[in-house]
Amino acid sequence: MTDTVIASVPPVKNSLLGRLPVVKQLRQSVGLQRGMLIAGLTITGLFVLVAIFAPLIAPYGFAQLRDAQGSFGAQQPPSAAHIMGTTVGGYDVFSRVIWGAQTAVLVIVLAVVFSIIAGILLGLVSGYLGGWLDRVLVVIGDAIYAFPSLLLAIVLSIVISGGQSSLWGGILAAALSITVVFIPQYYRVIRAETIRIKAEPYVESAKMLGAPTSRIMFRHVLRNATRTLPIIFTLNASEAVLTLAGLGFLGFGIEPSAAAEWGYDLNKALSDVTSGIWWTALYPGLAIVLSVLGITLVGESLNDLADPRLRGRKRVKAKAGAVSLTAVDQTLPSDVDIREENA
Amino acid sequence: MTATTPTASPAADGRETVVGIDRLGISFATDAGAVKAVDDVSLTVHKGEIVAIVGESGSGKTVTAKSILGLLPGTATVNGAVLLTNREGTGRSDVVTLSRRELRGVRGTDVAMVFQEPSTALNPVYTVGWQIAEGLRAHGRISRAEAKAQAIEILRKVGIPDPETRVDYYPHQFSGGQKQRVVIAAALVMNPGLIVADEPTTALDVTVQAEILDLLRRLRDEFGTAIVLITHNMGVVADLADRVVVMYQGRVVEEADARTLFSAPQAEYTKKLLGSVPRIGQGRAHTESRAADRAGASAERASVGRVENAVVEATDLVIEYPGRLGRKGFRAVQGVSFAIAPGEVLGLVGESGSGKTTIGRAIGGLTRATGGSLKVLDFEMVGFSERRFKPLRADIGFVFQDPAASFNPLLSIADAVAEPLIIHGRAKSPSSARARVDELLEAVQLPKSYGDRFPHELSGGQRQRASLARALALEPKLLIADEPTSALDVSVQARVLELFAELQKEFGFAALFISHDLAVVDLLADRIAVLYHGELVEEGTGAQVLDDPQHEYTRRLIASLPVPDPAEQAERRTVLAALRAEAGNAPA
Repeated sequence: MTDTVIASVPPVKNSLLGRLPVVKQLRQSVGLQRGMLIAGLTITGLFVLVAIFAPLIAPYGFAQLRDAQGSFGAQQPPSAAHIMGTTVGGYDVFSRVIWGAQTAVLVIVLAVVFSIIAGILLGLVSGYLGGWLDRVLVVIGDAIYAFPSLLLAIVLSIVISGGQSSLWGGILAAALSITVVFIPQYYRVIRAETIRIKAEPYVESAKMLGAPTSRIMFRHVLRNATRTLPIIFTLNASEAVLTLAGLGFLGFGIEPSAAAEWGYDLNKALSDVTSGIWWTALYPGLAIVLSVLGITLVGESLNDLADPRLRGRKRVKAKAGAVSLTAVDQTLPSDVDIREENA
Repeated sequence: MTATTPTASPAADGRETVVGIDRLGISFATDAGAVKAVDDVSLTVHKGEIVAIVGESGSGKTVTAKSILGLLPGTATVNGAVLLTNREGTGRSDVVTLSRRELRGVRGTDVAMVFQEPSTALNPVYTVGWQIAEGLRAHGRISRAEAKAQAIEILRKVGIPDPETRVDYYPHQFSGGQKQRVVIAAALVMNPGLIVADEPTTALDVTVQAEILDLLRRLRDEFGTAIVLITHNMGVVADLADRVVVMYQGRVVEEADARTLFSAPQAEYTKKLLGSVPRIGQGRAHTESRAADRAGASAERASVGRVENAVVEATDLVIEYPGRLGRKGFRAVQGVSFAIAPGEVLGLVGESGSGKTTIGRAIGGLTRATGGSLKVLDFEMVGFSERRFKPLRADIGFVFQDPAASFNPLLSIADAVAEPLIIHGRAKSPSSARARVDELLEAVQLPKSYGDRFPHELSGGQRQRASLARALALEPKLLIADEPTSALDVSVQARVLELFAELQKEFGFAALFISHDLAVVDLLADRIAVLYHGELVEEGTGAQVLDDPQHEYTRRLIASLPVPDPAEQAERRTVLAALRAEAGNAPA
């Protein structure tokens, strides 16, 4: 039992890059889980890239009906000029699908940011302070759950935009109506975590020191309560795409002249399907499916990887590995070492 | 059924081998790569023998024992052999190579397990009778009446009174010790040749522990069951084990029969381990010299005309937890009176539920005192307002039981130790407090560089040192330590206790030291107070309480404490039995 100084060697840290949320999980994963994560990341990455570079990729504008050669014509089958054909309104399908990605990304980002901020603040305050405020907020949250989320979104989009359909008006209306539907989810999760953490000894220890409530809430509780957020965040993002498409499909979305929106295009393609015009419905539909699939794959695999019991690992060979230095008194430095270290 | 290996053949003295572990190695796949938990471990257990596997946390003792039942998680890779003989001694199988189906046949019939925490090992929605019969049903067709009859029979054997009625009780209707009896009954009902008991008494109070140990001894003597006992408590080992296997870092460092091991330990590690086990009476000399010092110091102060009030003064203190609507509250502490003088260490001892932690929390203002009077630094805590108490918090330090949980996992050690300094305005930011933090870390014998680490990068003992540094940051007049060493291994506990004594001498704070372990309290405390069911039954110096206990409960408590010496422990057992008989207190 020599008192060797194993402990004064600082623990090996991964580089900053290796500790970033998604990169860390990517390194951890193996096998099928890794495949799922990579597939999800690829699709999502492509989706975001398309949204950013939409003006460069799309051959035409989202509301463009004619070019130098004249009008595009309605319901034209795919051709060299319009690789995905044109819609019943005479728009280029390919361009609308590309531009639609931009709308979707904007709405997802806004909706998720709004609902995260509101949900976290409400959950933290309600969970930590408790009392009547907590009860009222829980009842309101449950009441929101009781409504079908699409119905709620419809009502809100009418209230917010009042039938207007400008680009930002439409996007904000869609984002806010999705926000209201999502706030209870973040609220519930953060509240539950806060209530759990509130009873942790380190919070009690801060109370014992006389720390003010706001300091305990933000320094000790909040940062520890946000572990599960990335998972809800990705799962909600895919739901946001669906809600946006649903709103557009039902006619509460954004007008075609303001922005491209997949749900709206699907709605307009309804009658085409029965008359054998497949291209107007197929491509927007595929875009929705792929974006939802990509984000869900990322969310699901992050979920699995976050749980050590679900996380797959490479099997180790028999007799592999070093005996870990779990021996407690070995990890305690000797007094001599401490003196040297402190000198 | 695999071929036998030399080590697993019947022992030379003709006793049958129940299980033979041969060159067992277990590796786990973790995020940080492969970790070897058990390395080249061989041991045998004979029929009717109790073998204790001891070692500190992480030494591989639990993993070794679980491999006998094939209970290792999917991330484990096993090599070597675990040869298990069935009850009749007719067949032998290598657990490592068994299929899942074959494993199921072995579990329960040939080997059974008793878990550490009886309250979680039992399913709360089924009656205990049903749970005991579960094993019978799993291994063959049996009628309901027959299963119940067997359950009643086995409950009687493990000493549950009135088993005919209680077989239909749910787990919550039993006390902790009785639950552990039920768990043992469930393990015993298939009459396995071997029982693996993983820390079977750690979650229990000392007085209950003694009863469970008696029961396990009876299993060996009456049923001829072999027991593999995993424990870190050397007292339990001395009380129960026939043979002891000492594990350290995944290897067996020593194997000997119990008496030899305790009287003449061979391995360096075993000697150290035995040396760090606290014993009653060890702290006597320290305490006396400290008392003399303090008497001198206070006389000095008194001569300059300074009279100091008690740091904590409780008079008829009552603490009640509010009940649910329409129900009476629960009275955790009833009519307790005590005082802590400046610079004095009061040890508070009692079993779980005796109200000792509640008193500590009330002094720290975490729980409200509801009746009587509790003066902390001359501030009345009954009906106190948090705002007016806040400035006084600088004079009270608190050390929590679990050092792992009492640090915010996202703050570095230096930031956590700097928290009290920032909150009470002694420093503006963690970086400006760093000089003081370094001083504190040095005082608790941690290298300065440890300030930059995060709590999970420290071992348990190191974390508890950091916790002491945080509690002492503002040089408090009073330190409340709630079971500060019960989450630590014995060897680490000894060093932390030593440090605590040194710091107390250096800083001169008064302390309330809460513990369930009499030996630990005796080591540190100037005076000892014994709590029982929320009442203070005895108070006095260590010598008074331990050598001449007045209350019946104190006597039982002292007699129940197993000492790390098999010969002495055997004597103590008879004393305890006499005490129990005297109290007319049949083992419950």
